[in-house]
Amino acid sequence: MGLIAREIEALGIPTLCLSSAYSITRAVRPPRASFVDFPLGHTSGRPHALEEQVAMMAEALDGFAGITQSGEIKILPYEWLPDHSWKDAVMQPAALDAAEGDSDFRLPRFDTPQYQYEADAEVADASCPTCVFLA
Amino acid sequence: MSEQPPIDYIERTQKQYEALGYPSYQWVYNDTAIALAPLKKPISEAKLSLIASGGLYTRGQVAFHYKDDLSYREINVFGPAADLRASHFAYDLAPVRKDPNVVFPVEPLKQLVASGFLGALAERAYTFMGGIYSARKVKDVLAPALAARLLADQPDVVLLVPA
Repeated sequence: MGLIAREIEALGIPTLCLSSAYSITRAVRPPRASFVDFPLGHTSGRPHALEEQVAMMAEALDGFAGITQSGEIKILPYEWLPDHSWKDAVMQPAALDAAEGDSDFRLPRFDTPQYQYEADAEVADASCPTCVFLA
Repeated sequence: MSEQPPIDYIERTQKQYEALGYPSYQWVYNDTAIALAPLKKPISEAKLSLIASGGLYTRGQVAFHYKDDLSYREINVFGPAADLRASHFAYDLAPVRKDPNVVFPVEPLKQLVASGFLGALAERAYTFMGGIYSARKVKDVLAPALAARLLADQPDVVLLVPA
């Protein structure tokens, strides 16, 4: 995502990247970033927590004016849980061996469209004008 | 109770690849900073475009596939929220399927427009799947394509939300 932000910023449009992966954001160096220490898949908040999502977003957007040094990462003051032990099992090799381990969500790689609902496949427009396929 | 620093996903990915016997992944490290483009107006007057990589699509669109999908979707943020879908191989989809705003923050952004904090939300958002193995393809193909679309849309600012 940072690579795309850099490309857009270089064209003269200010960008801000949200992030929940500090080390990756640090390495890629998007021009402006806002970090929240939540599990992946919650970069802009917890499900059905609109009030918190709005507050987090306002603090993140403050980075557009507040960040004055390219590459700066603003850290938002939110905790997923007071106890950080949820981080222990994330992407740990040991967890890969445990068949019931839920720390590896990665699904097999298919090169056919993977619909959320089977019914979506039936209504999908193969010539979809709002889908852009790049090679 | 314990506090811990943020997860180092680069380190954990390397260890996971190692455990699986894969060659180590070449992460992108950019040594140079991109000069900050100047904000032309305050956020309270700015039109914001949203780009998200959580694999969002809408009912009626072709879903993403799970093998280096370089495609992107254009989503009307004022369309029905009930038509939003998510498809991605690399993160837990349960939360986004309950509430797409966890990685595609359309509702909070609309609230900020309503309260006057943000000027406007651009109608067209762009989504892709992320987790694309080749950083070179992202840099050489997807990034310029999206940047060209944004240049045509002319927002004042762009918010990018990875999953």
